[in-house]
Amino acid sequence: MTTYILRRLLLSIPVLFGILFATFALSRLIPGDPCRAMLGEKATDAVCNEFISRHGLDKPILVQFGVYVNEIAHGDFGRSFRFSKPVTDLLMERLPITVELAVAALLISILVGVPLGVISAVRHNSWVDVLTMLWANIGVSMPVFWLGLMLAYVFALALKDTPFQLPPSGRLSPGILTTPFYDVWGLSLGSGGFFSTLAEFISRMNILNSVLSADWETLGDAIKHMILPAVALGTIPMALIARMARSAMLEVLGQDYIRTARAKGLARNVVITKHAFRNALLPLVTVIGLSLGGLLGGAVLTETVFNLSGVGRILYDAITARDYGIVQAFTVVIAIFFVALNLIVDISYAYLDPRIRLN
Amino acid sequence: MTAETPKIAKLDAEGLSLKSVSLWQITWRRLFKRKSAILGMVILGILVFVALTAQWLAPYPPTLSMLDANPPQNLDKRSAPCIHLFGCPADQPQHILGTDGNIRDEFSRLLYGSRLSLMVGLATVSFAIAIGTVLGALSGYFGGWVDNIIMRVMDVLLAFPSLLLAIAIVTVLGPGLINALLAIGIVSIPSYARVVRASVLSVREMDYVSATRALGGNTNQILFRRILPNALTPLIVQGTLGIATAILDAAALSFLGLGAQPPTPEWGSMLGAERNQVFTAPHLVFYPGLAIMLTVLSFNLLGDGLRDALDPRLAHVS
Repeated sequence: MTTYILRRLLLSIPVLFGILFATFALSRLIPGDPCRAMLGEKATDAVCNEFISRHGLDKPILVQFGVYVNEIAHGDFGRSFRFSKPVTDLLMERLPITVELAVAALLISILVGVPLGVISAVRHNSWVDVLTMLWANIGVSMPVFWLGLMLAYVFALALKDTPFQLPPSGRLSPGILTTPFYDVWGLSLGSGGFFSTLAEFISRMNILNSVLSADWETLGDAIKHMILPAVALGTIPMALIARMARSAMLEVLGQDYIRTARAKGLARNVVITKHAFRNALLPLVTVIGLSLGGLLGGAVLTETVFNLSGVGRILYDAITARDYGIVQAFTVVIAIFFVALNLIVDISYAYLDPRIRLN
Repeated sequence: MTAETPKIAKLDAEGLSLKSVSLWQITWRRLFKRKSAILGMVILGILVFVALTAQWLAPYPPTLSMLDANPPQNLDKRSAPCIHLFGCPADQPQHILGTDGNIRDEFSRLLYGSRLSLMVGLATVSFAIAIGTVLGALSGYFGGWVDNIIMRVMDVLLAFPSLLLAIAIVTVLGPGLINALLAIGIVSIPSYARVVRASVLSVREMDYVSATRALGGNTNQILFRRILPNALTPLIVQGTLGIATAILDAAALSFLGLGAQPPTPEWGSMLGAERNQVFTAPHLVFYPGLAIMLTVLSFNLLGDGLRDALDPRLAHVS
């Protein structure tokens, strides 16, 4: 297993270099002067000259690439001219919000999609099956931004003053405050260290933070704000997962060992959960892994629709303001994040299916 | 004599008669046995019809403000749908889906939007298939370092979430429909390259390819006449499903303001322009989104149907 993980890690190095090269190439293809593209039209000549010499823009292209890789390896993604702070700081502020949204969406899609798919397979051709497949087909065809807007309309306006009313934007209602859990616990972490950065990162995820600090009012409010965006973002993966769960289960349920298990008198539920479902897991992990990329892309749209100040939202703002520094940095970070996720998915295959790691 | 008749009939039923049935005829027949595929084809048929006849079906030109109509109509911005049949006063001009933020007829814009949507899907996928096929064929046929370089580049492209890479590309190229199409096309190349490479690898060592080589066939002949036709069926399936994704991504880019620019009647940008009005004029958000969904749904249903119909493992079904 360790050799497998090591081999996979080594294999992802060229891909990482490719990602860096692609984003580097994109940043050099921006029409016009790279300095003013990165720092804004109002940058003065003095500032630009300093920028050019600092990033080696007057040197050969390979040296420039070297400088770029070196900067990123040191966690330096440059500065955003609009926020006038390092892009790394912005990332640490915004990434937790996106991660929280993506995790919530993924949880919803797995918790609803898997049981739906399994039930459709077990009750093949029943009305549950037909409805689920119809829903799955519609689900993968919906634009996530449209679904988000429609959900906002239905739950914030049409169902106003009913118990089902849900807020259409933002992360918390006005007046609801969060205190970082480490303050509630009375910890002093200092600043700059790994643990303090991690604690700050976690404290920015409202739901997790309010659980850790036992603040139930904030927790309720944060969950209420999370439902609509998470459902909007989770619908496409939910549909994909339901379809895959169904076809994987159908395939497994037709195997001889399932018939044997039933013939020897095992309870139906035991056969379905222990014999069939476990063997249908591998294709499910594949489709969950594949939908992670869509989730990250969809987060841009979902955050725009629901006014969540996550990575996606800032990316959208950066695009409209032509803040290339942010676009470039966030693309790199999300791509690296995505490579890491794929790595985890691959490793979990190897864990689930010994044939893969021995091959 | 009478004993032989049923035997011949049986042979017929197994498709062993002299009358040959082509793969496409079988596929077509199987496709028509699937309700979902029929539904997909019906929606797609309606869409193509609307796209072809938009200039006659639409009551107004798509970019005409009602203030400049003949006679001018003094309507409010984003007026609600008005259908005479459903009790809208006859002295008010009829706008089936209301008017948008620039007092243009939403229904006409929606009809014209079908042209762009289909064009976007076909153009990006043709572009991606053309380049993906060449890359995949080279990769699979020559192997070695050619294969390595091409497939590693494809790996890098796949390492980005597709919408995000498209956003990054359009940010650099500048917003606009053509650039958005180019970006989505580039992003979808790897999946076609992989499909073609896999097919090429699977038939490269077949006897009939060796036979062509022995008969003196050149690389072109072997690749384009003998090998690539085998990649056609998976490409058709992948392409049909790819059109659905391309339309969704293009709509998303336009929604973000990176694709089609106003006043182009593109569904994504129509929706994006009115998204802040979702609480006051929901019809301006609902209908363009519904149109996108139906278009994407039709290609998805058709693609799924084609995949099942072209799958030789399901041969006994027909």
